[in-house]
Amino acid sequence: MAKSLREALNSGKFVVTGEIGPPKGTNIENMLHHIDLLKDKVDGLNVTDNQSSVMRYPSLGTALLIKERTGEPILQMTCRDRNRMALEADLLFAYTRGIRNVLCLTGDSIRVGDHNEAKGVFDLDSVQLIKMVRLMESGKDLGGNELDGAVEFHVGATVTPEANPIEPQLIKFEKKVEAGAEFFQTQAVYDLDKFREFMQYARQFEVKIMAGIVLLVSAGMARYMNANVPGISVPQKLIDEMASVPKGKGNALKKGIEIAGRMIGELKEEKVCDGVHIMAIGKEEVVPDILSAAGL
Amino acid sequence: MNTITEQKPIEEIKEYLDKDEKVYIIGCGTCATMTHTGGKTEVLEMKEQLQEAGKEVVGWMVIPSVCDDLTGDALRENAEVIQKADAILVMSCAFGVQTVASFAEPWNKPAYPALNTLFIGKGNGEFGVFSEVCQQCGECLLGWTGGICPVTMCAKGLLNGPCGGTNDGKCEEDPDKDCAWTLIYKRLEKLGKLDVMRKYYPPRNYQKVQRPGRVLVEIERSQE
Repeated sequence: MAKSLREALNSGKFVVTGEIGPPKGTNIENMLHHIDLLKDKVDGLNVTDNQSSVMRYPSLGTALLIKERTGEPILQMTCRDRNRMALEADLLFAYTRGIRNVLCLTGDSIRVGDHNEAKGVFDLDSVQLIKMVRLMESGKDLGGNELDGAVEFHVGATVTPEANPIEPQLIKFEKKVEAGAEFFQTQAVYDLDKFREFMQYARQFEVKIMAGIVLLVSAGMARYMNANVPGISVPQKLIDEMASVPKGKGNALKKGIEIAGRMIGELKEEKVCDGVHIMAIGKEEVVPDILSAAGL
Repeated sequence: MNTITEQKPIEEIKEYLDKDEKVYIIGCGTCATMTHTGGKTEVLEMKEQLQEAGKEVVGWMVIPSVCDDLTGDALRENAEVIQKADAILVMSCAFGVQTVASFAEPWNKPAYPALNTLFIGKGNGEFGVFSEVCQQCGECLLGWTGGICPVTMCAKGLLNGPCGGTNDGKCEEDPDKDCAWTLIYKRLEKLGKLDVMRKYYPPRNYQKVQRPGRVLVEIERSQE
């Protein structure tokens, strides 16, 4: 990639980021294939950090692989598995290897994952992690010590525009802005009217906002997310649309690609937000199809 | 405030007592009676279970508060019977187990826990339901959070607001549990103090959590 994610966001273009989910094990061939497939088609690639509290190949190692393959990595960092010292040390390493984007997250609860007897660390929360990155940029660590060589990062965070209740989430969003977050990738949005409302509020802050787009692969997936995933609400109209396709190999996936492409196109056309973050969750192969469906 | 306990699986208790034939059982008349884990009823049930497992229960008693130093007197008063036992099984919280273990030390009798100590809590109004109240973090924040503790009540102990996992005011970890930060938000809104929720809370100082804890309280002795 010629431009950094920060440059892309500041250029005023409609920015697209994708996501790489590391494997559970050392067989990284498929992941490398996804990196090569997507790195020149998007402005940045997120790397999930033991996503859903399932132990996997590390986000830092994957971000390094993306960098080596000339992509633009966005290092996701959660507070669940490392204390402040481990997070700081990882940031020092990331900086020296040219990784410049860091997405600061609290992290899912240990209980929802595949190591549910492990200790959840949560020494810091996402707001404190953002502040810590900014502190390290000033040449100091959280112990109050001088760093021999500081860091510099493009700091991101997340927000859930459809959380219920929304008010406490918005207070936290504002705390993240104040702590120094420059860009936000949102939880998956499906109801664009509700998202427009959120953007009206969010536009008062000088931050870049990328709408989260999760590819629907079936009507059942949409219903499942509505019932089980906090802050996600797929409108009935979209569920009906997914269910309307004739049964058969690939039809529902094609419909999902069409819907994602249509939503992205609409967001771009109306300049609702600064870009989108596409989460294809296991269907990375079709991200180029989503982009063409969106006219990108 | 009570110590909330649960009974260990009987298999684990039998494993403790593997090499011991004669057992003396001690129950507790305070917290463990309230939680039905170590009161008189449970002590008698335990006696039966151990007898079924081929153990001889040489005696039992329920001490008003096993954690209290008066436990030493109770043990000495019953010394003759207790000394016949190979081991003492304590159906109280860990505090009580440690108290018995130290008073029984001169007799060389091991004290085994029959319960797991879960947390310091209180009954929350619903029959049989107990909630944790304090994790003894050493930096009480309750003044900023409407009297609701995020360190204890938030599964992640977050200090700066809810995580993205909360849904309809419930916790990501367990939909039966309330999201602490939703409760805090509602309480502060009612108090007209939402501005304190916007305050940034720095990372916790874990030096405040001493392991092991030891505090010297300096008391001025009166001059006689």
